[in-house]
Amino acid sequence: MKPNVLLSARQVGKTFVHQGQPRWACRGVSFDLYPGEVLAVVGESGSGKSTLLRLLAARLACDEGSVHYDVRAESSEKSANESAGLVDLAELSEARLRWLARTDWGFVEQHARDGLRMNVSGGANVGERLMALGARHYGHLRSEASSWMQRVELDTGRMDDLPATYSGGMQQRLQIARNLVTHPRLVFMDEPTTGLDVSVQARLLDLLRELVDELQLAAVVVTHDLAVARLLAQRMLVMKDGQVVEQGLTDRVLDDPQHPYTQLLVSSVLTP
Amino acid sequence: MDQHYNFAFLDERTKKHIRRALLKAVAVPGYQVPFGSREMPFAYGWGTGGVQITASIIGRSDVLKVIDQGADDTTNAVNIRRFFARTTGVTTTEKTREATLIQTRHRIPEAPLTESQTLVYQVPMPEPLSKLEPRRRETIKMHALSEYGLMHVRLYEDIAQLGAISHAYDYPVMVNERYLMSPSPIPKFDNPKMHMNPALQLFGAGREKRLYAIPPYTPVRSLDFEDHPFEVQRWDHACALCGASESYLDEMIVDDAGSRLFVCSDSDYCEERRDAGHVGTQQAVTLHDALATPADAITPTQQEAA
Repeated sequence: MKPNVLLSARQVGKTFVHQGQPRWACRGVSFDLYPGEVLAVVGESGSGKSTLLRLLAARLACDEGSVHYDVRAESSEKSANESAGLVDLAELSEARLRWLARTDWGFVEQHARDGLRMNVSGGANVGERLMALGARHYGHLRSEASSWMQRVELDTGRMDDLPATYSGGMQQRLQIARNLVTHPRLVFMDEPTTGLDVSVQARLLDLLRELVDELQLAAVVVTHDLAVARLLAQRMLVMKDGQVVEQGLTDRVLDDPQHPYTQLLVSSVLTP
Repeated sequence: MDQHYNFAFLDERTKKHIRRALLKAVAVPGYQVPFGSREMPFAYGWGTGGVQITASIIGRSDVLKVIDQGADDTTNAVNIRRFFARTTGVTTTEKTREATLIQTRHRIPEAPLTESQTLVYQVPMPEPLSKLEPRRRETIKMHALSEYGLMHVRLYEDIAQLGAISHAYDYPVMVNERYLMSPSPIPKFDNPKMHMNPALQLFGAGREKRLYAIPPYTPVRSLDFEDHPFEVQRWDHACALCGASESYLDEMIVDDAGSRLFVCSDSDYCEERRDAGHVGTQQAVTLHDALATPADAITPTQQEAA
């Protein structure tokens, strides 16, 4: 049986006005994402990857095309797992979108500082979404925070420290824990490993791969690092100048690139 | 009464505009209504918001009481009372029971209020979320969608760092189970008095240009956690002057040895009790000096086993 599509992009496009002229940041992007699947979006900087991610996460409105998501029924109704079918995100109210972003989605920012609340402790960062959903028991919040910190390999002794005192890799892992605490079905990641040194990158990727596998997460990962795509993603999109130039299974695209740009990209990877 | 000014200093159109904003505030309990705050003849931080509300609703038959930290005889209270006596000529009083209009800074009177009274608060920071979310646009949205998880993040942080919710004043409340509200810097001791109070409670922030209200008999709940419930302050001592053990006490250091005198912060309440024959110990108490104890006697309470 074919599983239901989780997220579906149909001819998505967005323009920005540049010197009085509209300019397409990305255009004509279409794909379907299934539950538990990881999709990588690769391309050079300025190719519209991040814009696409923001369109998918409804942080920006589409100028063309639409994004559809399999919205779960509200928790108040009995069958929480029963889906209401694919819904156009543009038709959802802002309250519903914010609810979705807080519960069913996660968004891992490139800079952990943008995704964390820097003036409260690590434990409070992990507990924030739970409190937003009405958790009002301090002891439970605390044990939940500590179990999530263990899962992302953070020292639970640092729970009451401010995130600013964490290292870059720890901040990134804290950000991931904070996003996963509500058991989302879909996580958007914007260059999750950029700016970390290679050994930390490797551990983080390892952790992400484990979590994705364990929690059956679907993910859209934007990256310019082909190794990240190879490790995490089943499928990938290659973008150039706002257009998708090639898409397919990760191994197929990387081992047998068809488009000249993808060939250039694959051949530019340094191997020590 | 000084004839050079309009009645209650502000011009009639301004007063009408503020009354209109007040109607909206009363209709939506706890909602912060923007208003065109005027320049007043004294500095921000001295009660410009409260004074503008009082000026807009005061009538010739009102009896005005002004308190500051519970007392009727401190600088702020004396000057605001004199300001209104001069610009309106209304009767002023220090007795809570006689007043129809009470402007307050930092306290709610100990004597229960009645339906015929109005309490006006001076508010420095009307937005309870501002310390965690500085963007005004975002906080407006959070109020609109009732997204108040963030306030609990702040309370959580208090317990995690200090072992208990440390807000002793300006303790956030939920009004009518809808709007999160800052009750102005009153001690949390006074929070339960706002709940189902028969008097109309109006709040004005002059610099921030916001006003809000709690209509009579509105439920007001102080936020807390299930395992860290809301509690008010308690003292081991009674008032040294009137012997009251149920009122909010001020602690005054009276000599170089650190002796403390505990007295009611509500001066009218204390006086009323003394007139009725209640007498306290009249003595300052010497407290055990926490700083003099050896360091190993103090055990950290908030450290949990990791």
